[in-house]
Amino acid sequence: MSPLASILLAVAVAVLLGVYISWRAGRIDRLHARVDAASAALDAALLRRSSVALELASSGLLDPATSVLLAGAAHDARLADDARELPESDLTRALRAVFSQPGFRSSLEGREGAEELLAELEGAAHKVFLARKFYNGAVAATQAARGRWLARLLRLAGGAAQPDFFEIDDSLAGTGEDLQGTDMPRLTS
Amino acid sequence: MRVGLVCPYSWDVPGGVQEHIRDLAEALMDLGHEVSVISPADNDEVLPDYVVPAGRAVPVPYNGSVARLAFGPLSASRVRRWVRDGGFDLLHVHEPAAPSLSLLACWVADGPIVATMHGANPRSRILHAAQPILQSALEKINARIAVSEAARTTLVEHLGGDAVLIPNGVSVRRYEKADPLPGWPGEGGAIGFLGRMDEPRKGLPILLRAFETLGQEREGLRLLIVGPGDIEEAAERVPEPLRDRVILLGQVSEDDKIRAYHSVDVFCAPNTGGESFGMVLAEAMAAGAPVVASDLDAFRSVLRGGRAGELFVTGDAADLARAVGRLLDDPERRASLSDAAAAAVRIYDWPTVARDVLQVYETVVPGTGRVRVVP
Repeated sequence: MSPLASILLAVAVAVLLGVYISWRAGRIDRLHARVDAASAALDAALLRRSSVALELASSGLLDPATSVLLAGAAHDARLADDARELPESDLTRALRAVFSQPGFRSSLEGREGAEELLAELEGAAHKVFLARKFYNGAVAATQAARGRWLARLLRLAGGAAQPDFFEIDDSLAGTGEDLQGTDMPRLTS
Repeated sequence: MRVGLVCPYSWDVPGGVQEHIRDLAEALMDLGHEVSVISPADNDEVLPDYVVPAGRAVPVPYNGSVARLAFGPLSASRVRRWVRDGGFDLLHVHEPAAPSLSLLACWVADGPIVATMHGANPRSRILHAAQPILQSALEKINARIAVSEAARTTLVEHLGGDAVLIPNGVSVRRYEKADPLPGWPGEGGAIGFLGRMDEPRKGLPILLRAFETLGQEREGLRLLIVGPGDIEEAAERVPEPLRDRVILLGQVSEDDKIRAYHSVDVFCAPNTGGESFGMVLAEAMAAGAPVVASDLDAFRSVLRGGRAGELFVTGDAADLARAVGRLLDDPERRASLSDAAAAAVRIYDWPTVARDVLQVYETVVPGTGRVRVVP
């Protein structure tokens, strides 16, 4: 091979390598953006769930013992900042306990506004389930991309913080109609 | 009088509130009143005949831990039926701010209601969030009783209003007769302690220091320690040569606790503070154990200024060792202290406490009429 051909080849390899690395860095950047968006969606879903739970607790539709339980759990979930996983799981467990009480749904039949509020809470709880799934999916993809040797060697993630999984108990299955094993949990009794 | 008592926690799970309600119910019946208790229960078969089961309590996150509570439409309708059919002159609910049967009873009932607050709850946030919900049910309460200053403070801070202080009773008849634990007190004599091992204010470290002196002076003298806490950690604080003479039982059943009081020659309460009443002291006195206790205001008053038990300088292990030593050498003094203690503790006995509670009942019953369910 002539010296010119060798130089041309080296340049071509360098250009290709550069394009590849920049594509990898861009991908990690896009993944971080996806994590951020999913995190915001998860945050909104959690806030909405605790707000609707609090609204149901103070609606006067429930007996006061159930109301106090629900209000306490929702309040704790809303106030938690950093250690959020435990109070959010506790809210799920409280909702599960409340909805699975015998006669819970039939006691609310025909009460004004009850059906809408229950549907809203079910929807909000389901959105938490979905939002967490998508968020954890984005985190898994990002962690995998950051963990590759090239990304680690060249610090392609830059100064972006490593995203963490959000692990809570958000399973509402088993509270009624047998929907266990599906991806569509319902607060049904 | 026909009284309905409401218990918020499972009857068959051990707990202070349940014991209180059981002792109160039995004392009221001994005084000739009719009593019915409604309570959650896991096993209906073991209930005394005055307890009406309200179904199982459900484990649910509450106040930062998992509590077993009864709530929901089914519990509410059971309480409603019990109130409707009970023909009560008065309802007495316990721990009405807890999301369980007592709160439900306030909700469904109309008429004279007395409430007793047991717990001191340092976490006010939840109560705040739930305040508007609690308010309308708790407004119906005609008279409130607190079992301790701490319970009264919690009530005043979180719910407003005041309460009458009526301390827990000691069921003397449960305590006065029991067999010692096997092999106790033994030839060399025995000292007793009951309380949390890892709570310094209960004073176990002071007693262990005193026992270093006493144990060296007296061969065969043993120390019996009962109460929750880490047994191994407590054992490590005992000097090696004395370790086999310090017996740590950990937490025991109510029956074994009573037997433990009967298993020692001298009972020590070396608390350094924080005791508003001294339940442990009263229990030991009811069991007839000669007592040596710290010279705290509360203890001095329970021990009648020293006539019903010896007092030592609070926190002074040497003084404690001297006081215990004197008693161990003087069986006659022990016998007379035991008699004096058994007499002095009568004012904390349940029949006396139940009469105080009855006075509260009597102030709210006339004029208000019977208990009904709200329409």
